[in-house]
Amino acid sequence: MDTSPDTSGPSATPAEERERLTRIQIDRSCRQAVVWYYASAVFWLLVGTVLALIASIKMHSPGFLAGWEWLTFGRVRPAHLAAMIYGWGSMAGVGTLLWLQARLTRNRLPFPTLLPATAVIWNLTVAYGLVALFAGRSTSIEWIEIPPETAILFGFCIAVLIAASIRMLRQRESKHTYVSQWYLFGAIFWFPVLYVSAQIFLHTPAARGAVKAAANWWFAHNVLGLWFTPIGLATVYYLIPKVIGRPVHSYHLSLLGFWTLAIFYNWAGTHHLIGGPLPAWLITVGIVGSVMMFVPVVTVAVNHHMTMVGNFHHLKYSPTLRFVVYGAVCYTAVSFQGSLQSLRSVNEITHFTHYTIAHAHLGVYAFFTMVMFGAIYYVAPRLLNAEWHSAGWIRVHFWTTAVGMAIYWLGLTWAGWQQGRMMNDPRIPFLDIVRYTVPWLWSRSFAGVLMTIGHLSFAWLFWNMLRQRGAYLPGPTLLVRRKEESAVAAGGEG
Amino acid sequence: MNRAWMLALGVFATILASMAGLVLIPEKQLRATAPVKDEERDITLPAGYYGDIEEGRRVYMDLGCIYCHTQQVRPEGFGADIDRGWGVRRSVARDYIYDEPPLMGTMRTGPDLFNIGARQPSAQWHYLHLYQPQITSPGSIMPPHRFLFEVRHSPDGLPEDAVRLPDEFAEKKPAWIVPKDRARRLVAYLLSLDHNYEVPEAR
Repeated sequence: MDTSPDTSGPSATPAEERERLTRIQIDRSCRQAVVWYYASAVFWLLVGTVLALIASIKMHSPGFLAGWEWLTFGRVRPAHLAAMIYGWGSMAGVGTLLWLQARLTRNRLPFPTLLPATAVIWNLTVAYGLVALFAGRSTSIEWIEIPPETAILFGFCIAVLIAASIRMLRQRESKHTYVSQWYLFGAIFWFPVLYVSAQIFLHTPAARGAVKAAANWWFAHNVLGLWFTPIGLATVYYLIPKVIGRPVHSYHLSLLGFWTLAIFYNWAGTHHLIGGPLPAWLITVGIVGSVMMFVPVVTVAVNHHMTMVGNFHHLKYSPTLRFVVYGAVCYTAVSFQGSLQSLRSVNEITHFTHYTIAHAHLGVYAFFTMVMFGAIYYVAPRLLNAEWHSAGWIRVHFWTTAVGMAIYWLGLTWAGWQQGRMMNDPRIPFLDIVRYTVPWLWSRSFAGVLMTIGHLSFAWLFWNMLRQRGAYLPGPTLLVRRKEESAVAAGGEG
Repeated sequence: MNRAWMLALGVFATILASMAGLVLIPEKQLRATAPVKDEERDITLPAGYYGDIEEGRRVYMDLGCIYCHTQQVRPEGFGADIDRGWGVRRSVARDYIYDEPPLMGTMRTGPDLFNIGARQPSAQWHYLHLYQPQITSPGSIMPPHRFLFEVRHSPDGLPEDAVRLPDEFAEKKPAWIVPKDRARRLVAYLLSLDHNYEVPEAR
């Protein structure tokens, strides 16, 4: 794939200059829609962060804000999830998906008024969902607590996104489709199928009783596996080569990684029901799907690693690369952990504990969210013709979130493992186990404060980006000033 | 891979396959599950949800109890659910046939509640526990649900289910807590949670 920088120096050939202008046109066509999606995503990130902190503090200090029913733990927690999943994650994902598809197919983004309008509708839907949760209208079905009527609104938005995706794909310039395109195309179809059919299974007699739990986890696990994961991987597949300036290591590994993900991830959801009241074969299928996930994960990890080999020094300079590589490494880690966790012997301990919460955040945060941060650092300057106004704040953002996430994961993983072992020993009184976990719940709040500082830095950077406060620079904002010659040698981030 | 139709076909085939395998086929397998007959008491079990119990279940859902409490008992020899006294047998699909949706949960910050009605049959206990969990369970990190109660300081005209607060938990003594309707319904639901009946598939 083409890796020449957008911003060519005086030595650019006419062909390079044409290429640069094409990209500027594509980026300009994305501006309205993608900036709407990104700005909304950042807003929901802040909302979700506040809710996360409240929920976390309530866990070790249950008297905190306990007087208000609408802020009781059982409402704040699903509201945090909805704000992060349907607000932050999905909107950052859709913004990135639109821009990537426009770039990959070398088309202008279609529907210049309709696409920004979907962002507005999406926001209203999330806001409506949160209000419903605070008002006590939760469905009490994990990951899909917001009311079923949201399916109509999300469905409309996604229909427009699908139409845009198909149109861009059909009018693509080259016959070849790049690996990121497969993942994006999968995600944009998988999500609506999941969301709408889950509503039908969960709110009609199409599935009944215990089978509703199976439908619940088929849906919930696949939101991660078939919506966030493909968008995240598409972004990694695009940005690593782009920033370091060399192509993806192996086409065949890419192909294998995509199709094995499509085949196996689909089936993994029922590992959430191990020990539960469902047929043993159904649980076993979920475990097999989860263990088979080693195949796509190892494939993708090898492919990304081999692409990066010899280029790790760019991590020092490029904010995009630093976030994206952190995310990619955590994708491998969380997937390995997930496969092991689905084994009955491990699950017997980790199920029903904080271990699972740590695992979920390793996926949605350390992998997906960090990749989205990286994507926004890359895309936003191209849409708004301005650079990030401060490398210092980017460093604050990276280190607080990276370290905060590490503390979060270590603390709850350890606490959860011990909690599970103690719970499986009936001689230990239950309340002793609760007391044991409390210091670790404090460590989570501490990590949460760090991550909050990171998110505020990011929001501040993004706010200044919207106001185009950063300089109009021919080159990117780098974390460390590099020497003249190396800047020329590796101008990939441009 | 350059053909869009191949991609689309694969994308749909994979998700429809898992939908069939993880939802539609189990539904077909379990659809005919019927309640069991308790000849002695001349009732069928599970009993289903009616009146206050049904409304109490709604309260349980809207307060998000599910995020800290499961309602499922793992089999003997897998975990210690039965040894902890959370049930006399494992939970089976039959227990959930009237559950719309099932509230199995995935987290045990607090103990399992599948048989809480059998384990803790006192409404008074539940009222105190909901009002301030520390009263009945020192060290608990469950949030207090004071908004489900009214506090009174005079013994005159108290309803029958009012409960005297232990003095150390009362700001002004003496104090009684009077459950609001939602608290009554929630407790009715909790007391109804008793799945210790016999089923053929888990003896």
